[in-house]
Amino acid sequence: MLHQWISPQDMAALWLTLKLAAVTTVVLLILGTPLALWLARTQSRFKLAVESIVALPLVLPPTVIGFYILILLGSQGPIQALGGPSLAFTFTGLVIGSVVYSLPFVVQPLQNAFAGIGTGALEAAACLRAGPWDRFFTVVIPLSRRGFLTAITLGFAHTVGEFGVVLMIGGNIPSETQVVSIAIYDHVEAVDYASAHVLSGLLLALSFLMLFTLYAINGRIKMVLP
Amino acid sequence: MTIEIRLDLERPGFHLTVDTEVPGRGVTALFGRSGCGKTTLLRCVAGLERSALGRLVINGETWQDRLRFVPSHQRSVGYVFQEGQLFSHLSVQGNLLYGYRRIPVPERSVQPEDVVRLLGLESLLPRRVTEISGGQRQRVAMGRALLTSPRVLLMDEPLAALDAMSKAEILPYLERLHDELSIPVLYVSHAIDEVIRMADHMLLMEDGAVRAEGALHDLITRGDLPLAHAEGAAAVIEARVSGHDDRHHLTELEFQGARLLVSRDHLLQSARVRVRIMARDVAINLTRPRDSSVLNCVPARVVDVSDDPHPGHVLVRLAVGDATLLSRITRRSLEQGPRCMRW
Repeated sequence: MLHQWISPQDMAALWLTLKLAAVTTVVLLILGTPLALWLARTQSRFKLAVESIVALPLVLPPTVIGFYILILLGSQGPIQALGGPSLAFTFTGLVIGSVVYSLPFVVQPLQNAFAGIGTGALEAAACLRAGPWDRFFTVVIPLSRRGFLTAITLGFAHTVGEFGVVLMIGGNIPSETQVVSIAIYDHVEAVDYASAHVLSGLLLALSFLMLFTLYAINGRIKMVLP
Repeated sequence: MTIEIRLDLERPGFHLTVDTEVPGRGVTALFGRSGCGKTTLLRCVAGLERSALGRLVINGETWQDRLRFVPSHQRSVGYVFQEGQLFSHLSVQGNLLYGYRRIPVPERSVQPEDVVRLLGLESLLPRRVTEISGGQRQRVAMGRALLTSPRVLLMDEPLAALDAMSKAEILPYLERLHDELSIPVLYVSHAIDEVIRMADHMLLMEDGAVRAEGALHDLITRGDLPLAHAEGAAAVIEARVSGHDDRHHLTELEFQGARLLVSRDHLLQSARVRVRIMARDVAINLTRPRDSSVLNCVPARVVDVSDDPHPGHVLVRLAVGDATLLSRITRRSLEQGPRCMRW
């Protein structure tokens, strides 16, 4: 039934978008958790600089981010100069761009959650024989699960919604780098409003559902754990 | 059986220097004003202050010296924090067993059933820690620390954050810990009442250093230290229940061959009790008083007389056998007493 409404190419764009968002979120959790932990605990003088860099994607036009990443990844870029492959116009390139683009949406909620735990609970755990990793898994993660939920949802949803960065570094290769937002742009350019409506409506519903679930779960945690 | 603490810690505007050995059994009070470094000292013992330098040996086990610093989670220490620091994501039972589960089985000398009974926690086990009272939370915090079978129990003003009711509720449990467990306790407090009830030994701290240390009953009666001159100055004696006078609702205690009558208590014959006698409650008679309402009359020897902060008062130290009592009398009483007062 869905095929009546969505062309195979749009379907591919949809899957690619979800895959990109999922991979990006996982990578961001792996990179963002230690970064957020460091930012929440450190008294280093580099903290302010790092915080500002993490927040840059909030204010920079996506095209600027995309442009710099294109320079970094593209042919004659530093990565290729070091013997690496050209990552522009590939899925890997898109993941790298999305990770940068959605970084603050994952790091900031985590950092706030970690800072809210305070040192007291961790010192208590240390005096109960829990080593550093043990403390992280049995105290830090359970006490910051709202932060994790927010980080995962925002990281995922924000990646689904990206446009400028992908356009700059991924271009518009169907099934390879064409994501939903770009497919919608194409449909509008071609005055195919029907297809644009379907994809836009799907994206709207998906985003609403994710945010609604997030707020519902977070609200419940708050009610159970005052 | 000693706890050897030789530590130095520099912080902006604060220097902690401690070089002491305290008994490896019983309760040692770290006593002093806020900011004197007693909590910091406790944190050093737990390994929570990484910048502390020196040597720390707990009943033969070295936790810190020039070559090594054993991290907190490898020290056999039980820490009861002032605010409890219970884990809000775990139930009471989850909190109690958090440390217990991390102790190798052969080292588990304290069992959950015993702790639950000792601290009266049966009905609380399935509850969330956010829905129990402050006093209950502190009992859980104590149980959680005890269940790691620690070599030393560190208590940082466990009663300070509680109201008078919760304090009264928890003190009997603390005294039971003192009586039933052989784990040495370092007990931080700035409330002399708690210290007098709990402690056997005392470190008197001032400005990051140890001003004096010794047995509790010695330190609180020493004329050269502030405790004997405080408003609530008192002596502590160890006595034994020698009988009950049911007709008059009195309990008879015996110490150093002397007899004391106190209000009837449900104590067993021969039970050992700790009695606090306030300096302001002790009067001195040069002859045995007759026709007096005062029941307790104990022969004593005057040891010395020192000035009290109030110019109208002096503090007299009295010896009853090996025990010391304090008596706060007026300067006028002192001058009117004949010189033969010093027997």
